[in-house]
Amino acid sequence: MSKDQELLDSITSQEYQWGFESNIDQDIAAIGLSEDTVRFISKKKNEPEWLLEWRLKAFEIWKTMPEPHWQNLDYAPVDFQSISYYAEPKKKTLNSLDELDPEIKATYDKLGIPLEEQKLLAGVAVDAVLDSVSVVTTYKERLAQDGIIFCSLSEAVHEHPELVKKYLGSVVPVADNYFSALNCAVFSDGSFVYIPKGVRCPMELSTYFRINAKNTGQFERTLIIADDRSYVSYLEGCTAPQRDENQLHAAVVELVAMEHAEIKYSTVQNWFPGDKEGKGGIYNFVTKRGACLGNHSKISWTQVETGSAVTWKYPSCILKGDYSVGEFYSVAVTNNFQQADTGTKMIHTGKHTRSRIVSKGISAGKSQNSYRGLVRVNKRAEGARNFSQCDSLLLGDRCGAHTFPYFEIQNNSANVEHEATTSKIGEDILFYFRQRGIGEEDAVAMIVNGYAKEVLDQLPMEFAVEAKKLLAISLEGSVG
Amino acid sequence: MLQIKNLHAQIEGKPILKGINLEINAGTVHAIMGPNGSGKSTLSSVIAGREEYEVTEGEIWFNGVNILELEPEERAREGLFLAFQYPIEIPGVSNANFIKMAVNEVRKHKGLESLSATDFLKLMREKAALVGLKDDFLKRSVNAGFSGGEKKRNEIFQLAMLDPKLSILDETDSGLDIDALRTVAEGVNALKNSENAFLVITHYQRLLDYIVPDVVHVLYDGRIVETGDKDLALKLEDQGYDWVIEKHKQEA
Repeated sequence: MSKDQELLDSITSQEYQWGFESNIDQDIAAIGLSEDTVRFISKKKNEPEWLLEWRLKAFEIWKTMPEPHWQNLDYAPVDFQSISYYAEPKKKTLNSLDELDPEIKATYDKLGIPLEEQKLLAGVAVDAVLDSVSVVTTYKERLAQDGIIFCSLSEAVHEHPELVKKYLGSVVPVADNYFSALNCAVFSDGSFVYIPKGVRCPMELSTYFRINAKNTGQFERTLIIADDRSYVSYLEGCTAPQRDENQLHAAVVELVAMEHAEIKYSTVQNWFPGDKEGKGGIYNFVTKRGACLGNHSKISWTQVETGSAVTWKYPSCILKGDYSVGEFYSVAVTNNFQQADTGTKMIHTGKHTRSRIVSKGISAGKSQNSYRGLVRVNKRAEGARNFSQCDSLLLGDRCGAHTFPYFEIQNNSANVEHEATTSKIGEDILFYFRQRGIGEEDAVAMIVNGYAKEVLDQLPMEFAVEAKKLLAISLEGSVG
Repeated sequence: MLQIKNLHAQIEGKPILKGINLEINAGTVHAIMGPNGSGKSTLSSVIAGREEYEVTEGEIWFNGVNILELEPEERAREGLFLAFQYPIEIPGVSNANFIKMAVNEVRKHKGLESLSATDFLKLMREKAALVGLKDDFLKRSVNAGFSGGEKKRNEIFQLAMLDPKLSILDETDSGLDIDALRTVAEGVNALKNSENAFLVITHYQRLLDYIVPDVVHVLYDGRIVETGDKDLALKLEDQGYDWVIEKHKQEA
């Protein structure tokens, strides 16, 4: 058997290491999707009439939309009627961590994110989402001193309806796309952040998501508003238990940056990618978009994507304010039978707006990894600039890397640059490491971390450490 | 230190090595010379454990260990070093990180603790100076954008850092100008001691002016056909390989 063959066959040896399921009492909505489901969810959450109306309108729109198939993905059709659209742990609304369900706590421990330790050590405020309901929110008081609002979106609906009403759906309109429309109708919960004028958020805000109920589609919805001259760094990280059936996940994240405001949004995504045969795994159809409304505002997306069976995700920036800046830094790893179609959209409408795209794809096994990016410079976007760098790294020769860059330039003063490279970790390079006493797994980890460095450097320190480990874990068994 | 007995190896079914016998003792420098295509690089690849070569017969013992049963990285940790003829470029991995990982793997194998960062830096600077590489090279990616000479210096730098028992220099002189050749040779000479050994593989004699071998072998058609002292190398320089080919053609 040739070396390459072995390399590829052994990929299958890596099982999802966090595949377990917690046993927690849950309220689960009846399977299927109808107007009644929407009403059930809204009622469960005790929502005001306006929000129910909004959901119902979204549901009507969704029913008329066709599922998109332009992406470079091949997956079994989702049966939207076989999914339960809502699950919440029975115990909720806690005053302190002590009241937390021991089972939930154990789940966090297995994931290596004990809340207490994070509270004490990392100085990270955690809004932990286990399935659909925010179970516990920490650091709220500290943040409140600065007037920062950091809570679940459901809570914000009641406590800050004027903000929610004004901005919900303002960046990603209800009819934006098939999956975002679905999210509008049935969204469960997520985070809400508001940073007041002139406030620099004193800590990283963090949410750990975990999909934990069998057959429960996840429809998180996050809304972050940074008012004039404010700054916030938000971290999102997740992992999910192993299961057989494909799970649908269709989140929506909306960011709004006012004048001179800056939002940094970092994601480490490690959902169950399916087993070695390509069975199971999460379907991840996410709509993430930020609007730089104010002049001199900045939105920066950083993502490390290692999980999910199917990923469809394009964190984007609408650069409306003059001199506003959009950034997208991405590492996407696919192994075994994973498929990813991910990238970004940079829409330049303001004058002298700038965007930067750095995409690093890593493909192993029989996976397919596509970068899809759009840079649009509108007519009145005088002096816009864009730089795009799209690199692909292949491990073995049964995987695929694809790049689909789109440019729509309507203003002649625009300055747009695009660079792309493809490289391969071949036997020669591995032998060089091995001859120096470095085993193949370590060699791949070193190469991949070096390759992804520009992106990893964008992450907050503790997140970067986690992400590096994750990259190595994701590719374990993909060589040798 | 190294005993090779009746070694046969092939690639894609084509026999390259046809019965190599070779014994190298500690404290000696052996040179292997030979015309192009005689199997010189194959021999070094097989000793180091490149998997595209299939060993069909014979044994390789290294300090009492049958290394044909070991993975390439295990052989390296046992103290076997190959200075590559064409060193690989590794973008994104710095020389400092690369060699630190390698040194720590070898130390771990020996049951030693990792060196502290300060000790390590000191050692790196000392060895870099030995082969005429400047400090800033440590931060650069391994061999990426290096000139031919820099790559070969880097090989000797890594050799110096890892302090192996047996070092195989595979055509280290190819592509080197005379100054680089001298620096590389001086580096090797400084590392030579009674505990280690060198196997210098070369087509030309000129490297052997600087690294003086104790034993010279001539490889032809997959066999060692002549063995002598350094004068044998001079004879080859003077008369070329034609007489070797003529003399051993029939056996081939």
